Amino acid sequence: MTAILTAIAKYALILLIVFYTYCSFVVLRGKKINLNMAAIRLQSAIMYTIHFIAYTIIFINVKEKKIIVLYLAQVLYFSITKGIFLLMYRKKLSRALLNNMYMLLCIGFIMLTRLSYENAYKQFIIVTATTIMCFFIPFLIKILRNLPYLTWIYCIAGIIMLGVVLVVGRITYGAKISINLGFFAFQPSEFVKILYVLFLAAFLSKSQSFKRIVISGIFAGMHVIILVFSSDLGSALIFFVVYVAMLYVATGQLRWVGCGFAGGTVASLIAYKLFSHVRIRVLAFRDPWSVIDNEGYQVAQSLFAIGTGSWLGMGLYKGLPTSIPVVTQDFIFSAIAEELGGFFAIALILICLSTFLIFIKISMLHTGLFYKLVAFGMAVTYTVQTVLTIGGAIKFIPSTGVTLPLVSYGGSSVLCTLITFAIIQGICISIPAQPEIDKNDSEEEGSDDEEE
Amino acid sequence: MKKNNDDFFDDSFEILDESLINNSEQNADIPIRRKRITEENAPDIEPEKPITQKKKKFNRYILNQTILFAFLFLGMIGYLVYFEYKDADEVINNNYNKRQAILDKSVYRGEIRASNGEVLAKSITNADGSKTRIYPYGDLFAHAVGYNCNGKAGLELSANFKLLTSNANLLLQIKDDLFGDQHPGDSVITTLDVNLQNSAYSAIGNNKGAIIAIDPSTGRILTMVSKPDFDPNTIESDWDYIVNEEGNTCLLNRATNGLYPPGSTFKLFTLLEYIHEHPNDYSNYTFDCSGTLTRGEYSIDCYNRNVHGHESLMDSFAYSCNSSFANIGLSLDMNKYKHLCKDLLFNSELPFSMTYSKSDFKLNEKSSTFEIMQTVIGQGKTQITPLHLSLVASALANNGVLMRPYMIDHVENVDGKVVKQYEPEKSKTLFSEEDAKKLSEFMGAVVSYGTGTKLQSSAYTAYGKTGTAQFDSGDNSHSLFMGYAENGSKKLAICVVMEDMPAGSTWAVPAAREVFDTYFAS
Repeated sequence: MTAILTAIAKYALILLIVFYTYCSFVVLRGKKINLNMAAIRLQSAIMYTIHFIAYTIIFINVKEKKIIVLYLAQVLYFSITKGIFLLMYRKKLSRALLNNMYMLLCIGFIMLTRLSYENAYKQFIIVTATTIMCFFIPFLIKILRNLPYLTWIYCIAGIIMLGVVLVVGRITYGAKISINLGFFAFQPSEFVKILYVLFLAAFLSKSQSFKRIVISGIFAGMHVIILVFSSDLGSALIFFVVYVAMLYVATGQLRWVGCGFAGGTVASLIAYKLFSHVRIRVLAFRDPWSVIDNEGYQVAQSLFAIGTGSWLGMGLYKGLPTSIPVVTQDFIFSAIAEELGGFFAIALILICLSTFLIFIKISMLHTGLFYKLVAFGMAVTYTVQTVLTIGGAIKFIPSTGVTLPLVSYGGSSVLCTLITFAIIQGICISIPAQPEIDKNDSEEEGSDDEEE
Repeated sequence: MKKNNDDFFDDSFEILDESLINNSEQNADIPIRRKRITEENAPDIEPEKPITQKKKKFNRYILNQTILFAFLFLGMIGYLVYFEYKDADEVINNNYNKRQAILDKSVYRGEIRASNGEVLAKSITNADGSKTRIYPYGDLFAHAVGYNCNGKAGLELSANFKLLTSNANLLLQIKDDLFGDQHPGDSVITTLDVNLQNSAYSAIGNNKGAIIAIDPSTGRILTMVSKPDFDPNTIESDWDYIVNEEGNTCLLNRATNGLYPPGSTFKLFTLLEYIHEHPNDYSNYTFDCSGTLTRGEYSIDCYNRNVHGHESLMDSFAYSCNSSFANIGLSLDMNKYKHLCKDLLFNSELPFSMTYSKSDFKLNEKSSTFEIMQTVIGQGKTQITPLHLSLVASALANNGVLMRPYMIDHVENVDGKVVKQYEPEKSKTLFSEEDAKKLSEFMGAVVSYGTGTKLQSSAYTAYGKTGTAQFDSGDNSHSLFMGYAENGSKKLAICVVMEDMPAGSTWAVPAAREVFDTYFAS
């Protein structure tokens, strides 16, 4: 009976996530936020259904009361926090972004509960606490008009935090990235990702003179170099790409992108020569099978999981995702692909893509360059992080040991990603109402398209 | 900064002046001018063209990169689809994949079949729902097909995950899922030929030994026999007895894992090195054999102390004259000799995906005279597998090019639809075409007037080298043959090893003949 229910659930989950994904692209259409309310409401209903089905399967496999308690607590969390967000900000929030945030959290909760109840419980506490904090962030973004001028506060705070980690951080997985705070090991590099985007946006929105570009390069470089010395190369790569991408938006000059990539190539070659764990990751990427006992073990196990799961997945509790080391963090995607199936995994990638596009849409709708750059910078941060995790798990690129935002287990990661989402919502509610300019815009862009 | 603070109290937002931006590179030091638009009166202000243009410009840069990043996502999806569609079956078929027990529950293990469709292994369900693996040919394919218990062996091991993967159509899989049935696993269709396997099996008779036969132009392994063997149908119950009985080696697949002294078959390698060192005058070599060769305090005897008299290089090879080859060996450059052997797959991995042993060659510049004299005639410490010798024969038959040996022709799903077809694939050029031709000439001489005359046939032309390897101080020795036969474009490479055979005959040669006869008769 359990087996049959699990099988039915497997197909139901795939169908539902496909519908959800379809909706998440429908809601992107149009020049305004929250245009397609029908799709938005459907998304919400689908999320609750997926949540219910998955926890039913988890319960009939585990048969422990605490699963029901956790499930009910999560339902309350979803409905109450969402209600408060909507109450506080009326209809001005991006509902699509809110839906995607809850959907990703929901997938994360499901998979974490299946993999390790302890992790799921801890994650849920952190998510709840952070969400309560996040209620006020959009409001603050809207009223704090001096946010664009705190350039050096962002920069110095960021560099100090990274510096502290470098000095007192302890070794985790070959990279010095965390400070132990008792309840969880806080990773400042996650939080600095936010400060860093704010710094670059503030700095680059003022002027794009050659001198300022050089200065921005120096300070961005400082961040990256500290991260490299902390051996946190995944974050270093994210910071680097974010800088190049934001610089291009601010200046529109491809030569900076060219310089950036030339510098990046040289830097990665040096990192390859300098750091043994970079060489290990590259070796494990190029041929995990020849070093399967050591360096390639993790990637090989990840590929076994994805390959064995195939298109339809093994079904929850029917696979062996726990055979992958660090599965709840860096390789949660492989666990999802194994048990929920390749179709589900592809839908998940598309949901991440639609999240990225919502960020971009908000960035493009806002008229202030600072806010535009913040939203864009955060979109790029989110994307690079997602691509690094998923790409690493499927051996599309070498694995870099970063987490899948909102899905992976990790206090700092989920905390900072929720703050990021709240900041984007803040930018969304502060998009100035400019009907005429909007109209002009759409006409011009229309003609632009024809030219191209 | 002062001005900024003023702005804070103003409910306004800013947009940079377009004209400033355009000149900003030249006038970096000019203080930033700002246009101030209050939210309330924004619509009243004439929407200035530069502002919209500027905003549009930024948006265009954002859009450009958005497309780039979106392609990254799509690239990832594309890669994942490719992986699931193309690579996954291959990748998960790995002993490090611990999902075997899980798949065993959800998939009905597929069949293993011979190249003509004969079932070599299949699963049947018993009345009580348990499953039994049946091997209709019993001992005949014991080592090639292997067994599916106690750690598995043979194809049951190397194709394990293929047999446990179901590529039945998705609707059927969904139906099975919903009814709680097992998915039908894929079937593996091998390159093995039942007819040829039978003849090789009977050729070894009750002796210990191994025969492996390969189609040189494709690398298809047509026959793989190793004796003693076991009945895979009863292996589970026989297991304790087999592993506890002293000296019982019936679980060893001698064809791939048996390491033997190569005996005189090794003269082939010595001969090639001599040809390489004397490219123009090797045919002028002569030697007067007195049945034994003495260097210092060591001497090497010819087989049975036969006196071969005055002989050319070809005669030395055809008669397998130990004295002459010891003489040749002592003249060789040991460093080059070592490299030649390395190139011919000694001390290195073989291009073979199932389990095998690595062959061993130990000579170097520091080796003693006696070690050299022993090794060049195939005694010494050299060890080789029948698989390795058959690959050398296969390359010689195929103008020097070694095709990757393989035993799985294709994998098909329960409806007989081909899921994966394995194509012949070049592995490595072991010999130059010229070398292959020269060596074949020498191997032809072995059959036309040397130690392999029993292979003369009207149905085919055979080439090869015999070997007799002493393995202890007793009279018995291992009998080896490696070589190939051809008739037009039809070819078969073979290696035969028969262990512990009484002196007085080249036992492996008639065994090879039996296999050749069967192959070329069909």
